[in-house]
Amino acid sequence: MALDRWIGLVLLGICLIYGYTAWFTMDDALAPFMRRNPIWPSTFPKVLSILGILASLVIVLGLEKGDAKIGDIDYRKLWEYNLGQALLLLGLMVAYALLLRPAGFLLSTSGFLIAGSLILGERRIFLTLMIAGVATGIVWYLVQVVLGIFLRPLPLFIGG
Amino acid sequence: MLEGLLIGLQTAFSLQNLLMVIGGCLIGTFIGMLPGLGPMSIIAIMIPVAISLGDPSAALILLAGVYYGAIFGGSTSSILLNAPGVAGTVASSFDGFPMARQGKAGKALTIAAIASFCGGTLGGVLLMIFAPMLSSVALLFHSAEYFALMVVGLSAIAAFAGTGQVAKALMMTVLGLIMATVGEGALFNAPRFTMGLMDLQSGFGFITLAMAMFALPEALFLVLKPRSTKENDGDIKDLRITAAEARSIAPVIGRQSIQGFFIGVLPGAGATIASFLGYAVERNIATKKEQEEFGKGSIKGLAAPETANNAACTGSFVPLLTLGIPGSGTTAILLGALIALNVTPGPRLMVDDPQIFWAVIMSMFIGNLVLLVLNLPLIPYIAKVLSIPRNFLIPFILFFTLMGAYIGQNNATELLLLVGFGICATILRFADYPLAPLLIGFILGGMLEDNFSRSMQLYDGVSFIWERPMTLGLLVIAVLLIALPSYRARRARLRAAGVADGD
Repeated sequence: MALDRWIGLVLLGICLIYGYTAWFTMDDALAPFMRRNPIWPSTFPKVLSILGILASLVIVLGLEKGDAKIGDIDYRKLWEYNLGQALLLLGLMVAYALLLRPAGFLLSTSGFLIAGSLILGERRIFLTLMIAGVATGIVWYLVQVVLGIFLRPLPLFIGG
Repeated sequence: MLEGLLIGLQTAFSLQNLLMVIGGCLIGTFIGMLPGLGPMSIIAIMIPVAISLGDPSAALILLAGVYYGAIFGGSTSSILLNAPGVAGTVASSFDGFPMARQGKAGKALTIAAIASFCGGTLGGVLLMIFAPMLSSVALLFHSAEYFALMVVGLSAIAAFAGTGQVAKALMMTVLGLIMATVGEGALFNAPRFTMGLMDLQSGFGFITLAMAMFALPEALFLVLKPRSTKENDGDIKDLRITAAEARSIAPVIGRQSIQGFFIGVLPGAGATIASFLGYAVERNIATKKEQEEFGKGSIKGLAAPETANNAACTGSFVPLLTLGIPGSGTTAILLGALIALNVTPGPRLMVDDPQIFWAVIMSMFIGNLVLLVLNLPLIPYIAKVLSIPRNFLIPFILFFTLMGAYIGQNNATELLLLVGFGICATILRFADYPLAPLLIGFILGGMLEDNFSRSMQLYDGVSFIWERPMTLGLLVIAVLLIALPSYRARRARLRAAGVADGD
């Protein structure tokens, strides 16, 4: 089974769970006077769940035949691409998300930019440090001063 | 109309808004040139900036400028590198890249700029004529018709997705609609489908989703498969074209402006189809001798898609501004930005906020002019961006997507959602699922449900579907749009397999 049909299967599962919630569990919390309303919070989701189940079934069962074409990247040979770099960068993004508040904007952002360049194979350390530092400073200035959005600049323990 | 024009001129010619157009065009060209970053990603990245401007006209002008700039930048990279940054400019590389290889890169860029300028400007004139007409009709619409119209729009997007893709596009649209129901709806004051998570109470963030659907997968694709940028020697000279060349492309530009505009108006069609169709049409009606030139550096073959894609971009603003229904991913993102700024596009826009409507149209003209007189001479310098090493570029793209999602919600959970959705979107792209329908469905979801609920309440049930003939008619069109392509594909396949069909 090709990837698109596996995804169809996952989507079918999502639609089934969604539909189950909409049809069977959601209305329990509805106040009695709301039940006289022609439209309930679950009405539209009920329609959607049916449409979603139908569409995902068409995909899973392969009713609509298209010419299988290989896009920019052939997922069957994923390991031939720079998969490791991509995964490391995704991990780095998660780390950034978790560290942004505790470590402060300046530290986490410059760290992110430096680590990102290093993961991609940059070896000119001094240049990397300089670019990341300058860029972090400029972005912080733009966001904090020009746009007026608060970003905690320094790590928690310094009290930033 | 004259009054409107004057209001628009007054708004658009304020110093701030002029700077917005110029800045937007430059930023758009700059980033649009980077292979792999399309206008949708760039606009998504720019939205936090636009929203924090606070003024809806200025924000829309900035984003529209970024949009044109990105399309122009995309054509530049297709001509110079044969690496289109935007699907709408793929057709430009057919003849643009051969011209560049013959050492006529400067000439190709000039033709592209002139064709874009004319396409955008003529498209703007058509928009000025048709948008007010359409919106005065749309004022007669009832929420039932709105509901039906949005259903037509969504099914058209699925129907234009191409053979073998209709079910996938439909699935993505429904998934977008499903995601829109997460959180607290305006109508019911009760959280739905939040799975008990407080962070989902207000629903998924639209910027987060836009970044995750477009910017993040494109950046990941750049990581996975680096494109070679070796072919460019960065030497662009001789930007001039001759009078004879101008005469030969003039009729092409005229035809393609009109054709491209009307294709752009159709929901789901957009710049990509317009440019391919424009290229095909011009090749078919060219003389025998000119036909042989196509694909080998024909100036007509370059002018046609360039004109058509710009006219189509302008055309795609018609349903957005008059009906509030986006026909493409880009206009869907613009719609999301407008809603965030408390402006609801639709037929009332021209009555309630005429300055926004006309200022956008005026800024289109100014933007096109800026691209022609300011960007074109700067292209040799802007093209230097192509030599930024990807080791530095990619971390920055990723950082800007993160920043955009964070600024919008000021919430670190949003960043985790961004990464999660980004991974899902990348996998969906591997399997050739279209992502724009998901975002369009997500953005239209709230409005679709509101209009549906309102009609249900007014008619005390679903009887509005058959009691209002226009609603019924529109819904029938929607069903036909979905059913016809699959039916025709099935018939064509049967015929190809040698099976007679009982027709």
